[in-house]
Amino acid sequence: MSDIEMLEMDDVCIKENEMYYKPSTLTDTPMHYCPGCGHGTAHKVLMEVVEEMGIENDIIGVAPVGCSVFAYHYMNVDMQQAAHGRACAVATGIKRCYPERFVFTYQGDGDLAAIGTAETIHAANRGENILVVFINNGIYGMTSGQMAPTTLPGMVSTTSPFGRDVATMGHPLKISELLAQLPGVAYVTRQSVHEANNVKRTKKAFAKALEYQKRGLGFCLVEIVTNCPSNWKMTPLQSNKFVTDKMIPFYPLGDIKVPEGK
Amino acid sequence: MGEIKLMKGNEALSEAMIRAGCDAYFGYPITPQSEVLEYLAIHAHARTGMVVLQAESEVAAINMIYGAAGAGKRVMTTSSSPGMSLMQEGISYIAGAELPCLLANVVRGGPGLGTIQPSQADYFQSVKGGGHGDYKLIVLAPSTVQEMVDFVKLGFELAEKYRNPAMILTDGAIGQMMEKVELFDQMPRKTEYPDWATNGKPKGKERRYITSLHIQPELMEEINVRLQAKYAVMEEEEVLCQTHYVDDAEYLFTGFGLGARICLKAAEMARENGYKVGVVRPITLFPFPKKVYSELADKVKGILDVEMNAGQMVEDVRLSVNGKTPVEFYGRMGGIIASPEEIYDKFISTFIKGEK
Repeated sequence: MSDIEMLEMDDVCIKENEMYYKPSTLTDTPMHYCPGCGHGTAHKVLMEVVEEMGIENDIIGVAPVGCSVFAYHYMNVDMQQAAHGRACAVATGIKRCYPERFVFTYQGDGDLAAIGTAETIHAANRGENILVVFINNGIYGMTSGQMAPTTLPGMVSTTSPFGRDVATMGHPLKISELLAQLPGVAYVTRQSVHEANNVKRTKKAFAKALEYQKRGLGFCLVEIVTNCPSNWKMTPLQSNKFVTDKMIPFYPLGDIKVPEGK
Repeated sequence: MGEIKLMKGNEALSEAMIRAGCDAYFGYPITPQSEVLEYLAIHAHARTGMVVLQAESEVAAINMIYGAAGAGKRVMTTSSSPGMSLMQEGISYIAGAELPCLLANVVRGGPGLGTIQPSQADYFQSVKGGGHGDYKLIVLAPSTVQEMVDFVKLGFELAEKYRNPAMILTDGAIGQMMEKVELFDQMPRKTEYPDWATNGKPKGKERRYITSLHIQPELMEEINVRLQAKYAVMEEEEVLCQTHYVDDAEYLFTGFGLGARICLKAAEMARENGYKVGVVRPITLFPFPKKVYSELADKVKGILDVEMNAGQMVEDVRLSVNGKTPVEFYGRMGGIIASPEEIYDKFISTFIKGEK
């Protein structure tokens, strides 16, 4: 043992060895998200893109009601908390007054596709030049497990305790496909953050969307199909398997609309 | 002397908005205030570069106001009663997040879809909160088209001074009628923004955020205490009230906005008939001129409160008078405007003949 050189922490913790880092665009506040939840990863890659593009002084975010209502505690950029469903209207107000700044919303499925459907569709239809991050985990997380507009057929929630019966509760709303029909919409893509490769693709999607916003191409939506271990009543690993086995077959990943000629 | 014009109330308000250097207007059409968006659509952007956007609903419009106000801009929206009801959620958020903005409610008769004729039935909604939680708007009640102009400037000033939403509470008659107005000169648009405005994190400084969410009850109470202290300062410093013929008055007529104007005519009729009647007209409905009523109540034999509703401001008059003198009420509802003769007759029957 005596001939083995003992390494000090300072020798190991050097830039060249760094496998993981926290961007300066995230605050030091510990996140309140449940273990295994995809929000933390989605926050991080979005903020990595903001840091890499060097736009942290030129971007304003809007986080409405839902699990991510406290996003302003974590994202180290100017932020507004919005009423439930109204993020796209709030973002419109900001962007119309500051067309040269970047504006994004970060919304859940209940927020964007139920109570805020009108605000979302009309912002998209006006071609508001904003990025909408749409977190789809098929359930209401913050209020602890009620049925969402995106809950899968047959999926159990606290308000569909015998499984979602589409005959009486309606079908899951594929709002990304719906929005892609509108001429004001430049870019719609569906990604996930439950596997490393998908995290990379999500990051690329954010970068593309913000680049399109810079070029004034119109409304961009990045949907992230993700998990909710607590309210799905699964372990993090089980919930990631559910994303692969059940969510993604219903909500297939990939680009739904890309800007013409791009 | 400013430019003199003959203008409709809604158009005068819109012209004042442009001249006050307003940065953005977000609104949705509703009778009897649709001229506002129509006037702005023609004139605003070309003259000052002001943003004018027709929203998909009043719900969206008020949230666009929230966003733009939160980013430090001088912003305004207008609506009429049913539309203003839809905005109440957003107004509560704006008050909670302490954002300055100016609202105008061109009130029509209710409840429900009601009528498109003028009314004052939204007093409670405007003055007592309207949305959820303990908050107050600064409420200005114009009684002339000239005041539709003047109160836009004043409303923006008060809203920005207190970081609080202000409202012009007017009605379909003042919105639609034409009168001579003197316009103030064009003011410059803002070029500097307050430190709290979320318009992009300044280099080398902390990020800002706009929120009305404070999950810790101790902090939420602290913020409520601060809001109430702010409202108390308004009650001390911002009360506006007009009085006419009160020095020798034995009786008072009182009302706000258009109702006050009719009260003045009725008081003049009473004086012609030998009755010493004065008029009290609150201009700010919040903060309410409690002291004016309290002091005059010591001197008069009775007060007749006249409103275009079922009796709303009369509750504040009675609280201010605190039983020192009788306060009676006369109101017309559903879009009917009382005539001076009706008010005079009500005064004679109630206070002179003592009929109930």
